[in-house]
Amino acid sequence: MENRPLEYDYTIAKLWMFMTIVLGIVGMLIGVVLAWELAFPSVNLVLGEGLAEYTNFSRLRPLHTDAVIFGFTVSGIMATWFYVGQRVLKVSMAESKFLMVTAKLQFALYLLAVVAIVGSLLLGITTSKEYAEFEWPIDILIVVIWVLFGIQIFGLIGIRREKSLYISVWYYIATFLGIAMLYLFNNMEVPTALVSGAGAWYHSVSMYAGTNDALVQWWYGHNAVAFGFTVPIVAMIYYYLPKESGQAVYSYKLSLLAFWGLMFVYLWAGGHHLLFSTVPDWMQTMGSVFSVVLILPSWGSAINMLLTMKGEWNQVATNPLIKFMVLASTFYMFSTLEGPIQAIKSVNALAHFTDWIVGHVHDGVLGWVSFMIIAALLHMAPRVYKREIYSKSLMNTQFWIQTLGVVLYFTSMWIAGITQGMMWRAHDEFGNLAYSFIDTVTVLHPYYTIRAVGGTLYLLGMFMWAWNMYKTATAGRRVEESELQNASPMAA
Amino acid sequence: MFHWLEKHPFFFAVAVFVTIAFAGLIENLPNFAEASQPTIGTKPYSTLELAGRHVYIKNSCNACHSQLIRPFKSETDRYGHYSLSGEYAYDRPFLWGSKRTGPDLMRVGNYRTTDWHENHMKDPEAIVPGSIMPAYRWMFKNLADIDTAYAEQVTVNKVFNVPYNKPIPTADGGTATVKLAGSLDGAKADALAEAKMIAADMKDQDVKDMVANGQVPEIVALIAYLNSLK
Repeated sequence: MENRPLEYDYTIAKLWMFMTIVLGIVGMLIGVVLAWELAFPSVNLVLGEGLAEYTNFSRLRPLHTDAVIFGFTVSGIMATWFYVGQRVLKVSMAESKFLMVTAKLQFALYLLAVVAIVGSLLLGITTSKEYAEFEWPIDILIVVIWVLFGIQIFGLIGIRREKSLYISVWYYIATFLGIAMLYLFNNMEVPTALVSGAGAWYHSVSMYAGTNDALVQWWYGHNAVAFGFTVPIVAMIYYYLPKESGQAVYSYKLSLLAFWGLMFVYLWAGGHHLLFSTVPDWMQTMGSVFSVVLILPSWGSAINMLLTMKGEWNQVATNPLIKFMVLASTFYMFSTLEGPIQAIKSVNALAHFTDWIVGHVHDGVLGWVSFMIIAALLHMAPRVYKREIYSKSLMNTQFWIQTLGVVLYFTSMWIAGITQGMMWRAHDEFGNLAYSFIDTVTVLHPYYTIRAVGGTLYLLGMFMWAWNMYKTATAGRRVEESELQNASPMAA
Repeated sequence: MFHWLEKHPFFFAVAVFVTIAFAGLIENLPNFAEASQPTIGTKPYSTLELAGRHVYIKNSCNACHSQLIRPFKSETDRYGHYSLSGEYAYDRPFLWGSKRTGPDLMRVGNYRTTDWHENHMKDPEAIVPGSIMPAYRWMFKNLADIDTAYAEQVTVNKVFNVPYNKPIPTADGGTATVKLAGSLDGAKADALAEAKMIAADMKDQDVKDMVANGQVPEIVALIAYLNSLK
């Protein structure tokens, strides 16, 4: 026993890998439908007048954001945790019956939540707060799921063999704590049927009113991005890039600095969503300033990752997995530079409420989050299924198609957003508004079309990924444990 | 210290939590007491208006329309006076939105009429050529949920002291009162009376018939809400 390598148990990781792929495709498919609906409104009626209530933009939009955030990304976080956690803590899931049972329970409840969320959002049961649309019964379900995730993290840590926690584990812990705190506070609501004895049983009213509600919502909304799209994805890259490239993390000190810096700074930046609103000025300025400071810890992690490739850049040419991860890091730097620029008050005055913000979100989510999750699952596949990756050339094609998709997406949205912002504020020589609102809508048609094309390409790449993963699991060449050092074995 | 924390997960978690909770405490708490004071003239929503607000939320209108006028000339020219914090004192949840695919609606009641909304919701392109807003024809058939609107009124009145049945100072120095019925049936009767006034300005015969029969379609409630945005 002593000298044999540990047999890690990937039962749970496999379930979440499957979920990640399915919900990634569902979320992005809805996104593509939305993009076409904006470019060509008749697409709203794609399933006919009778179903228009459920297929039109306004019902699908929250479903899209929630499917990508809580479906695709959270599943990716889980899939990678149930893989990385065991490995860096040197302990197998199979060693604890309790952890196996609670992990399965967590997955089952998650499936229940997915069904409840899809159903309720299509029916229009929503609190309207972005990324916190669920009514109180679903909120309670989500809290239970999240507590079970906490049990998984701390349970595995509790029985670990490796004394010191690897960098990735810091980030997973922070993900758990951050989301727990934010979700609880932002979703404080009073069920109206319980107080009044009338009306819909699931309906609730927010604990906070007006400006305060906005404050709590964007403290949550911004940091749901932090602890859903940044922190856990950094956890992934700190594990997968060194593993796949066979290079040690460039600087331990830099990772310490970046971690604690990110923890301290990120939460302050939520105020940048509320510039020129009715929240106090000092708070707006704090949000603005801290958003700019946020560049430091963000670039700290990204530079640390890119420097990990020092002397081994040839791998970018030969290994498409490294390609995905290096581009993800690059997009992370790009996105965390773009965000602070948009948080500068004078830029925000132009950019807020426009498509430039939509572009920013998507170069982050498509370029950074999705690329990293795709790479992580591809790295896991040969180790979980003991088979080499089915097709390297398919991976390469997927990489280029999706990169093209992202570039089309964010460039078109930059142009659209800035055009729109400039037209809204344009005055003629007499001081009258130069354009009516509809002028600023119709001018965007070409860019909306380009965006829809970009999104469609990205979705196509997702299907390639799903196919490659499926074929790997079922038809890839079997590999030995010894072939699994560093770079993933893959077919030509 | 950080090396020590890495070997002690419990204290590590505590340290992370304190670090991330810090900003929330400092930024969020000071504003809470002050910002919930209503501006003079800001009234709670009537039953029908609140039911309309629920229709607005149900269809995520806030995904494309903001309700926040920023203090710029271009915005005050287009939409009216910029927003004040107290104007949102009775908004649970707030509906500022984060994207303007369509125009701001904070003061839409000042410059659009009942029949404009009616035609626009039925066929946006016919009213605003080039509009990319989808039609919302099902609102002419679905019934508004008056029960839940009443439930919310009772809740905010009980839990948050929203002043129903109390004189509220208005901008002209007088007072106004927003009624909260003593029972669900009373609330339904009040909502119907208000719905009749809206329906009188509408053209759709089916909607008029429904209201005459004592039913309140979603579109009527929604228009009552949109008209209240001033």
